[in-house]
Amino acid sequence: MADGIIVKQLNAWFGSLHVLRGIDLTIAPEAVTAIIGPSGCGKSTFIRCLNRMHEVVLGARAQGQILLNGEDLYGPGVDPVQVRRRIGMVFQKPNPFPTMSVFDNVAAGLRLDGVRNFALLDEAVERALHQAALWDEVRDQLDKSGASLSGGQQQRLCIARALAVRPEVLLMDEPCSALDPIATAEIEELMVELKKDLTIVIVTHNMQQAARVSETTGFFLLGELVECDKTSRIFTNPHDRRTEDYITGRFG
Amino acid sequence: MPRHFHEELDQVKEKLLKQGSLVETMVERAVASLVDRDSRLAEEVIASDQKVDTLDIEIDEDCLRLLALQQPAAKDLRFITTAMKITTDLERMADQAVNICQRAIDLNEEPQLKPYIDIPIMSQLAQKMLRDSLDAFVRRDAELARQVIPADNKVDALKNQVFRELLTFMMEDPRTIPRAIRLILVSRHLERIADHATNIAEMVVFLVEGKDIRHAPYDKETGRPPGPSNGR
Repeated sequence: MADGIIVKQLNAWFGSLHVLRGIDLTIAPEAVTAIIGPSGCGKSTFIRCLNRMHEVVLGARAQGQILLNGEDLYGPGVDPVQVRRRIGMVFQKPNPFPTMSVFDNVAAGLRLDGVRNFALLDEAVERALHQAALWDEVRDQLDKSGASLSGGQQQRLCIARALAVRPEVLLMDEPCSALDPIATAEIEELMVELKKDLTIVIVTHNMQQAARVSETTGFFLLGELVECDKTSRIFTNPHDRRTEDYITGRFG
Repeated sequence: MPRHFHEELDQVKEKLLKQGSLVETMVERAVASLVDRDSRLAEEVIASDQKVDTLDIEIDEDCLRLLALQQPAAKDLRFITTAMKITTDLERMADQAVNICQRAIDLNEEPQLKPYIDIPIMSQLAQKMLRDSLDAFVRRDAELARQVIPADNKVDALKNQVFRELLTFMMEDPRTIPRAIRLILVSRHLERIADHATNIAEMVVFLVEGKDIRHAPYDKETGRPPGPSNGR
């Protein structure tokens, strides 16, 4: 059973540059929440705060509360590595580990956790590849290099890798930007399946993708969350003029 | 690759067919309430109009949402825009059936003016036009749709015949005027129902072929543009 995320007064900086301003947002469980906005609005910074990757950059800092199942991920004594186990991430450019096989890629997170039992690994890898809709295509090539797959397959491999450790949340930062339309459609259909058991947050600069896949859409502009509402509402009758201008293409 | 979106399109189609079926029944029963002099039946038909109205709103909302969220193209796009128009025609047809019922209730209060011959024939024709245009929609059959269009002429001709006949009644005896006028109105409501069925048929041609044949002159015998056929 997946949990939602409650974000309270999230602020983030790169050095002295204030890039996220007082973000309040609720991310519903077992649904897709899309984050849209023009370049530089803070949307990637936002999701990198959700799994505590923002602070990994030198000089970067975040402040505020991010509650996963009531537990503040920024609370004292919280291990960021454990956070990233519960909140997985997939990136814009598919990045399977180039020297590892398909099997080893998917098993990587589990092995890092200390799992050695081959039967367990085998079962987990197969399950994750099924979940990522990749099993049928790679079942006879599990020992082939991860980099030998097509772009769309590589991205699904990265999704399988993230799913293997059974996260509660999956973050996706422009996951289809490097993919062709058919591979994009496959990932979008996959999301419809995955959201039955997972909380998904997707950052996308493609508004139409946000419209197609998400239940809720948040519009960011210059570090602020301008509006967050049901996707059907945002794309037919948004409250804020700035949202309407962005959606209709009246400003970049 | 089947998409979630295509399931949603199927759901819109199902709602349209349900609405069409409701309207067919309403038209049949509206004329029955006149011919059988059954005002209670008329009241039932009037009450059932609300279901058609509700579907009209739902279908429009579904189509708007699909347009906004799914960026449909080609046939999918034409399907959604024609669905929005077809539901409007169906809703208007239901309103005309309600109008027939209201005339029937009034007519049933007085002795029957004359045997109803032409009006039941008009009703049969209009119902068949509706059935055929909906079948054409489901089967994406442009040929069947084109055949609906010439049938409209027969309904128009019957409407004129009803008018001429009732005119003679009214000229002979002014006491027949209220009933005669109501019957003329019934024939007009049926003629409008047939017109709306023609609209649906034209929409089906647009859906299947991408060709908009509305308002263009066409050969009323064949339902095709006038002039020599190009060997098809």
